[in-house]
Parts: sequence; C-alpha cells; structure tokens
Amino acid sequence: MKKNKIAVAVALCMAAVLTACGGTAKTETTKAAGAETTKAGAETTVAAETTKAGAESSAAGGKLVMVTNAEFPPYEYHDNNDIVGIDADIAKAIADKMGMELEIQDMAFDSLIPAVQSGKADFTAAGMTVNEDRKKNVDFTDTYAQAAQVIIVKDGSEIKAPADLDGKKIGVQTGTTGDIYAGDIKDGNIQRFNKGMEAVMALSQGKVDAVVIDREPAKVFVKENAGLKILDEAFTEEEYAIAVKKGNTELLEKMNAAIKELKDSGELQKIVDKYITAK
Amino acid sequence: MWEKLRDDFYQNFIVDNRWKYIADGLQNTLKITFFAVLIGIVLGFLVAVIRSTYENTHKLKVLNWICGVYLTVIRGTPVVVQLMIMYFVIFSFHDPGQVFTAVVAFGINSGAYVAEIFRSGISSIEKGQFEAGRSLGFNYAQTMWFIIMPQAFKNVVPTLANEFIVLLKETSVAGYIGLQDLTKGGDIIKSRTYSAFMPLIAVAVIYLVMVMMFSQLVKVLERRLQRSEH
Repeated sequence: MKKNKIAVAVALCMAAVLTACGGTAKTETTKAAGAETTKAGAETTVAAETTKAGAESSAAGGKLVMVTNAEFPPYEYHDNNDIVGIDADIAKAIADKMGMELEIQDMAFDSLIPAVQSGKADFTAAGMTVNEDRKKNVDFTDTYAQAAQVIIVKDGSEIKAPADLDGKKIGVQTGTTGDIYAGDIKDGNIQRFNKGMEAVMALSQGKVDAVVIDREPAKVFVKENAGLKILDEAFTEEEYAIAVKKGNTELLEKMNAAIKELKDSGELQKIVDKYITAK
Repeated sequence: MWEKLRDDFYQNFIVDNRWKYIADGLQNTLKITFFAVLIGIVLGFLVAVIRSTYENTHKLKVLNWICGVYLTVIRGTPVVVQLMIMYFVIFSFHDPGQVFTAVVAFGINSGAYVAEIFRSGISSIEKGQFEAGRSLGFNYAQTMWFIIMPQAFKNVVPTLANEFIVLLKETSVAGYIGLQDLTKGGDIIKSRTYSAFMPLIAVAVIYLVMVMMFSQLVKVLERRLQRSEH
C-alpha cells in the first residue's frame, strides 16, 4: 500500500516535469511563429526572410541581453551600480556596431551557459575560456583575449610551482576553468566558492593553501590583499571568447564581424588598455 | 525523447563518476542537519526553560535578557548571512573545517526557533497543572520536569518536526562557504555539463524523499505518543 503511494507520487512528479517540458517547447514555437508573422508584415516584399525569422527573433527586438558574473575584475565588476569592465565595454561596442541596445544581467558563473542555452540571454561575455566541453553546449565567437590560470599563494608558501599543488587544499570558483583543471591535481582537496574573491579570502585566512584563478582578476585580488603573491609559472594558458546559443549562427556571424572591426580599428586594444595597462 | 533523457542522465551522472558529487554532497547535508538539530534542541531547550522560568517566577533576569538578545539577533538575520559571518568573520583566524562551521552556524540558528517552539509548548499547558504539581509537594524544577515537560513535548512534536524539515532544506545555502553539500553537488555537475535539468531535478527529488521519510517517522512517533495517553 505504502509502496503504491510512493509510486503514485513519483509518477505524478514525472508527469508534472514532462508536461512542463512540453509546455515550454510549445510556447517557444508559438513565439517564433509570432515573430515570423510580424516580420513578414513589416517586410512584405521579402518573402525569403521569413524562414530566418526564428533565429532573428532575439535580434529583432533591438535589445541584446548579456549575462555575466560581475565578480571578476577587471573583466567585469560592479562600479557605482553599473556593471563595467573589459567584457562589458567590448559587449557595448559590439552592440553599438550592430545598432542594438545592450542589457547586462549578473548571475553565478555556473549558470551562465544554461542561461544562454535556454534563451534567457542572447550571449555571455564573462572571461569565459573556450574549451571542448563548453563548445558542445554553446557556440563561441572568435577569441578576443589571451588569458591564463595562475596560482595565488601566501608569501613564503612552500608552493613554488604548479607541481607542488599535489595533496594541497585548493580554492577555486565553481565552474571556472581553474575549477575544472584543478580536478586533475593529484590528491587535491578542491574547495569551490561562488566567487573568486571568497576563495582568495579563504586563502588569506589560511583555510586553503592556494587559489587557482584567471590571471587578470588574480592581479587585482593580490593588489587588494596584502601578503599574497602570484606564482610566475602559470597553471594553464587559454583564450577567452563570447558564447551564444548553439545554432544561432546569425548572431554569431554579426558578433564576429563586429569583433573583427574592433580588432582592426584598435578599439579592442584601447578597451583592454583602459582597464589593465593603465592601472 | 527517452533517448535524450537517457543520454542526459548518462552525461550528468555516469561520465567521470559525476554522481559522486551528489553522493558526497548528500553525506555532508545529512551530517550538518543531524548535528545542527542536536545543537538546536539542546540550545532551544535551555533558552526556553530560562525564558519561561523568568515569565513564571521573575528569576534569572540577566540570563533572560541574554536569551532575548540571542533570539532577536538570530531570528532577525538571514541564515546565509550568519553562516558567512561564522566562516569569514568569527572563524577568520582559525579553520575548524567547513562542516564544523556549518554545524555551529545552523545549530545556533535552529536553537532560536526551537526555543520559541518549546516555550509555546510550555505555555500551552494550563496553569492548573503547574499548581497541582506544586501542591503535591514538587518543587519548581520537579514540576517542570515531571508534569509540564512531558505534556509540552507532545504538543510541540508537529511544529518541531516542521522546524527540522525547514533546517534540512536551509542547509542548501552551505555552498556559500565553499562547502560541498547536496545542492552544491548538483551545482558542480551543472557547471560541468551545462545542463540544468538533470542535476537540479535529481537534487530536488533527493530532498523530497528525505523529507517524506522524515515525515513518516514523525507520524509514527506521534502515534506512539498518543497511545501513551491512556
């Protein structure tokens, strides 16, 4: 009898979940269809365009929604109630080139790709490293920055090189490449924080032995916390890119074109200099 | 449809032994909840006794004042803030381990709520019971222990069980101090596979099953307590 009850409960849960799935799928198609018809109404002469309308529906609104994790200076951080930084400025420049308005939303780093995948945002620019696993889930634009994962330790630490990390307590930010690569450390005890700054705080309080994080934010953190230093030898070298929903080639091509223009005109370098070299 | 679900399941739980994030997380969640409940009961009981003693006899004035401050501060601030204060401020120079920190933070938090539950249980017993105890020659402490408490406990079992269910679910914020609990385990999988569906549903179902089992236990306990009434 009791077993029956549990079975029924589980079945109900499953049914609810499944109908929920079906529901969203349906609304998505109707939304796309709606966009198509308005598009068709606006451009009565261009009949061939209508097939593309589905992909363009996000772009047609005139607003680009970007998600990022604004705890990652100098790429993105909060300043006077605004989210600023290299990524934010580049995104702004790209949106300007595309003639669209940019809206930036802040969320946890590990939620960024799901947000783009589910269409809640058009793209994410978050100092995100291009890697194979991520490529399976989103499409990346051309890279716009070189980066590296570095190791932060306390002054006088016995950790002198990446090889010394074996068996140590290592602080990382959940879902970052530092987190993923730190998993390869032998007998490493990985502690995952929601924010890079919290991992660094745990390091200065002696709760972890080292923090693995991206180079530029690491420099900012070390500057703001006395008694910490970055090891000369980097943990890994990597490249940053913007990610869009898989299959949204329209937006991807437009962004790539904009990035290329920004690179060629030297504007991209100017933005980077403004935040990194100038400081 | 089924194939996609199966593939998702495989990606999220089987590849790289990802289910271990959930299993390890579940262990931590259970550990934290169990010990926090113990601390909560002890702390809550003490505070409730002090508070109701003061109400009845106007003794223990200073202790009552301290308990009042404790209740105000703990119930007036979110548990996630308390947890971070415990980790980053109070234990800032010494690391007793994240699980220990969480147990202390959640235990102290739960104690405040349990205290009020116990106190309401004590005041729910009519004054006549107390007077009867005293007139039989019991002193204050004996009356409390042998007459008031057993009845009060029976009255508060449902609310107390509710508090523990809340506590179990509240531990889901333990990830804020880098501790890998059940929710964080799901988060880590999500950050590896970039799919939110499987890990979140799995975490939700595990919480649900735990709460359902616990509710069942409480039902049995309530039934047994009722039987002893005759």
